[in-house]
Amino acid sequence: MSVIGQQVDLGPLIARGRASFAQRARWSVPEITFWLIVVASVFLLPSKHLILTEIAILALFALSLDLILGYAGIVSLGHAAFFGFGAYVAGILAKYGIVKEPVLALLVSGLAAAVVGFITSFLVLRGSDLTRLMVTLGVALVLREIANRLDITGGADGLQGVVMEPVLGHFAFDIFGKTAYIYSLVVLFILFVLARRIVNSPFGLSLRSVHDNPLRASAIGIHVNGRLVAIYTLAAGYAGIAGALLTQSTQFASLSVLDFERSADVMLMVIIGGTGYLYGGLIGAILFKLVQDYLANVTPQYWQFWLGLALVMMIMFGRVYGAIIAAFIFGWCTVLKLPFMQSIVFTVVLVLVLGLARPHVLSFTAKITERANALQRSVRARFARKSGEADAPGA
Amino acid sequence: MLTILFDGIAYGMLLFVVACGLAVTLGLMNFVNLAHGAFAMAGGYITVILVNWLGLPFLASLPLAFLFTAAIGLVLERTLYVHVYTRTPLEQVLFTIGLVFMSVAAVDYVMGSQQQFVSIPSYLQGQINLFGVGIGRYRLLIIAVCGLLTIALQFSLSKTRFGSRLRAAVDDARVARGLGINVNAVFAVTFAVGTGLAGLGGALGAEILGLDPIFPLKFMIYFLIVVTVGGTSSITGPFIASLVLGIGDVAGKYYVPQFGAFIIYIIMIVVLIWRPQGLFSRAVAK
Repeated sequence: MSVIGQQVDLGPLIARGRASFAQRARWSVPEITFWLIVVASVFLLPSKHLILTEIAILALFALSLDLILGYAGIVSLGHAAFFGFGAYVAGILAKYGIVKEPVLALLVSGLAAAVVGFITSFLVLRGSDLTRLMVTLGVALVLREIANRLDITGGADGLQGVVMEPVLGHFAFDIFGKTAYIYSLVVLFILFVLARRIVNSPFGLSLRSVHDNPLRASAIGIHVNGRLVAIYTLAAGYAGIAGALLTQSTQFASLSVLDFERSADVMLMVIIGGTGYLYGGLIGAILFKLVQDYLANVTPQYWQFWLGLALVMMIMFGRVYGAIIAAFIFGWCTVLKLPFMQSIVFTVVLVLVLGLARPHVLSFTAKITERANALQRSVRARFARKSGEADAPGA
Repeated sequence: MLTILFDGIAYGMLLFVVACGLAVTLGLMNFVNLAHGAFAMAGGYITVILVNWLGLPFLASLPLAFLFTAAIGLVLERTLYVHVYTRTPLEQVLFTIGLVFMSVAAVDYVMGSQQQFVSIPSYLQGQINLFGVGIGRYRLLIIAVCGLLTIALQFSLSKTRFGSRLRAAVDDARVARGLGINVNAVFAVTFAVGTGLAGLGGALGAEILGLDPIFPLKFMIYFLIVVTVGGTSSITGPFIASLVLGIGDVAGKYYVPQFGAFIIYIIMIVVLIWRPQGLFSRAVAK
């Protein structure tokens, strides 16, 4: 390649790029530990397989939202559209005996959802965040209405009588949900590895640049809209597979797979876990489901109140401190055994007071964070001295 | 035919009363307030309490519903919303969804999950016959109230000193402060009026839309559609949009029931693709 008549050797540059990608793609110890714990859960928690299956499915769904929200910056309030579409396609395929084998049905459902994603992706390209919110929401609502009206989906009664064949012809679904759990985990892991490869590829890096600054990205020659369409389609496919897994493991699909709440919930999961690093969706899904399960046990009908409180606090005081404050308020009400009426009043008053005192609370939490960071730095420096390495600059 | 048109107009007007509060907060203050329906619900429940429990006359309870919800809005604005104005739309969405969840559960507990009915006085019930068209008296009241509101809002936003202060504060808060405008107070008043309007809409609409704890989630979409379709830079946009949507919805549900609920969503999607900023917005480069 020549730049103004001068030969430039790109070899070292390319090698450096390759090395950088290789480093990005390397599996770190925490990552491997995470997946080992996941595998261990199959054997250690046999009685919890039903909820664990649900968590694995939600994690896949959250992963798909993280792909577009965290990596491409597309805010979607209707991601349940693809989840629900996949769920219904898988249900119809199984019920009417079109595709009987679960894995194949999963692929077909994922592809079908991806096609819907591809078609609707062009709607998402236009306008501001607000327009995107509304259009994605609108698409999900239209699909929900369609599912409500059609005969083939069972309407408001849901799709009943879905019977699944054994996975790959060998592993039948059992009543304890073990097969379903392992099946969901394997699917989740394969798709996770794929997503991990994609976001660590040049394509993934270009997505990040689109996320940070679309104008600059297009100025350096990145085809912004093409990238957005591609990742949106992929994420839709992922969501479709997650929905299909839900249908296959519960042998049922209802309108609730397309509800607005489902879109809102998955957004919460990604926000709780943190956007833009794949594990955010997984961790968020685990935390969300565990907290939801716990709250629903304590206050069956009103758990959403505490969830809402956690959200409000997390937005106002940052993710970690907000969650701590919300957990503290909830814990206080539970320890004092306040009736729900008094809990509401107590919480509302406390929230308003916290709102007024927000600057002071923030400066307090900033101090704690500063202390923790200083401690971490000093510990790290001590370790570095012990092992005889120089402290890396800026670490 | 004309009755459907009339019902459609009344329904659209009703949507407008609730949504114009949202047009004020979302449109003028650029705040994505999904909790708007919660304020409308608050207005509805306040009316139920005032009329059914305390026995106040219905017409007198309407301004009270406005005032009470405006007061709630003012308190929340000063304590909570004020911290979220400058955040991204995503964070605003999450914050307000949190508020919706809290309000739904709280109202469900306090008032029960069953549907509530406001006892409408007898002089507002029934129909009057005008040129062979049956016109519901209650719907006539809604149209009258909405007409007055539209004129008052349009006037106060475009002609009064407060309106120009508000527009200045929204366009550039820093410069507005430099000119001696108390931006915080302007925002607080605007927000309070917006929520008050939601409360009034909820009070009027309890009869037609139905009132239960999931009201905010059920109608959030309608209000948002009205505002996004209408465009957010004026009151006229949402007004016309709510009329179109109201008539479209009622006519659609009557003539083609199998497609009824689609029409409103499809109108929205088409409009937003065609004009991402809404139907009646000036093209602003921000």
